[in-house]
Amino acid sequence: MENQEKLDEFQARIDAGEKIEPKDWMPERYRQQLIRMMSQHAHSEIVGMLPEGNWIERAPSLKRKLVLLAKVQDEAGHGLYLYSATETLGIDRSELVDQYLYGNAKYSSIFNYPTMTYADICAIGWLVDGAAIVNQTMLARSSYGPYSRANVRICKEESFHKKQGYEMLAKMASGTPEQQKMAQDAVNRWWWPSLMMFGPHDSDSPNSAELIKWQVKLKTNDELRQHFVDRMVMEAEAIDVTLPDPDLTYNEETGHWDFGEIPWDEFWNVVKGNGIMNRDRMKARRSAHENGEWVREAAVEYARKKKLREEKAS
Amino acid sequence: MSTATKELTKQEAFLTYLLRLADDRLILGQRNSEWCGHGPQLEEDLAIANISLDLIGHATALYEYAAEVEDEGHDEDHFAYFRDDREFTNLQLCELPKGDFGFTIARQFLFSAFSYFQYERLKEAQDEQFTGMVNKHLKEIKYHLRHSREWVLRLGDGTEESHNRIQESFDELWMYTDELFYMDEVDEWMIKEGLGVDSSEFKDEWKKLVEDTLTEATLTVPDWDQFMMSGSRKGIHTEHLGHMLAQMQFLRRSYPDAEWK
Ligand SMILES: [Fe+2]
Ligand SMILES: [Fe+2]
Ligand SMILES: [Fe+2]
Repeated sequence: MENQEKLDEFQARIDAGEKIEPKDWMPERYRQQLIRMMSQHAHSEIVGMLPEGNWIERAPSLKRKLVLLAKVQDEAGHGLYLYSATETLGIDRSELVDQYLYGNAKYSSIFNYPTMTYADICAIGWLVDGAAIVNQTMLARSSYGPYSRANVRICKEESFHKKQGYEMLAKMASGTPEQQKMAQDAVNRWWWPSLMMFGPHDSDSPNSAELIKWQVKLKTNDELRQHFVDRMVMEAEAIDVTLPDPDLTYNEETGHWDFGEIPWDEFWNVVKGNGIMNRDRMKARRSAHENGEWVREAAVEYARKKKLREEKAS
Repeated sequence: MSTATKELTKQEAFLTYLLRLADDRLILGQRNSEWCGHGPQLEEDLAIANISLDLIGHATALYEYAAEVEDEGHDEDHFAYFRDDREFTNLQLCELPKGDFGFTIARQFLFSAFSYFQYERLKEAQDEQFTGMVNKHLKEIKYHLRHSREWVLRLGDGTEESHNRIQESFDELWMYTDELFYMDEVDEWMIKEGLGVDSSEFKDEWKKLVEDTLTEATLTVPDWDQFMMSGSRKGIHTEHLGHMLAQMQFLRRSYPDAEWK
């Protein structure tokens, strides 16, 4: 029963900065919010393999092919830790996967944009992994122990991804005229979607206050987004790419960079499933799942037979 | 009248030998990488990506060494990106489309089993730089062999469907296996110089491992005496290779003056 006393006790633990572990008592709502957030994060890592996987076979050097393949493999690993962390809340990975393949669980909309040129891979490393780091660095201090630890591990690898993307983007931005054009075009297309990764404005984010009260999140969407913009402005300058926002100006008073209006209509449109690649992403994930069913069944059946044989033998 | 075949030098033989090893690994690694994001379960996405990564990594190291041996100022990418179908000497086995998961596993098992015996012997080669590489790669080859062998057992002795599927894959792949043991003047040179291995020495061991595994997996060992394909090492390929190279090489070749490393 969720009596007030228990709820207060729980809140006191949160306020004292204690980590909540799987065996600890927690409000049902806290559990549900975590399941929603963590599984959404996991699905995003997995769907995120697709836009980048799109360039593994065409990577322009052996070194870049290895780097990209390793990166996409890391994302699969992130998905795996996050699913395991979510399972500590008493739900099965297979159920979570069903929820996004056939139900209404979400994944990050950024992955519904197409990777048209190789420079997109570099821009994703810089901007998308960059935004993910800002978010995940905060989540590494989240009140739920398993989620916090999963993010600590993930952040280390994301930093590496960002560095590799940024370095190659810098190389292209100072390369041949064609490379420069490709690099700038990629930044133009990925800038706004990367700002949208932090979610709607705080005023339109119904879950925010509760998540912050429970220290699942420690900062609001707008705070995180501002932090990201401030960093990226500097990093863009350093490699001579232009951020496609004429309203970017330094605000002496706040010490932050002010930026233009985010195209929210586009954001909601993509969330609703109308991004260029929405349908393809879902199709690809569903067909991987469905084409893999016979393999998963075989593994289960083999394990069953093997156990039976071992029992008979002993 | 000019002679039909010019005398092969040791340097040319060694270069060809390294390129054959490298081409197998690049092409199979490239093929396997198509699974990335599309595997039957997350753990296998990780495992296949890992195997691809190893294979392409091995190919890269071999191409780097080939560039040194060739000594014409090329780098590893030259061999991967600036040669055409007829110059690639990988096995046809490696270029065949990825098929279903069982096909990928069956091919990997046949190839990794061969690589295992081959690299166990290449350890003894009279060239430290080469054996350094061989020893490093051998560890990973052992993992590829174990992983693919375990899956052959699971699929063969799993459900009726998985049994039938992987049986069909082995049946289809069989005619591409004889080429694993192809040898010519390149191999003769290398054996004479203590750099290469005589694959006929371990053919029986390889066959035994394959037969034992298939039998344990309740599969039928296809007929070894059936018609067998040939020509890979002389640059004869299926039509699949050209499409793979078109995709793999297009960006690099479109902007050859750009720096892409
Ligand atoms: Fe990730
Ligand atoms: Fe992430
Ligand atoms: Fe990442």
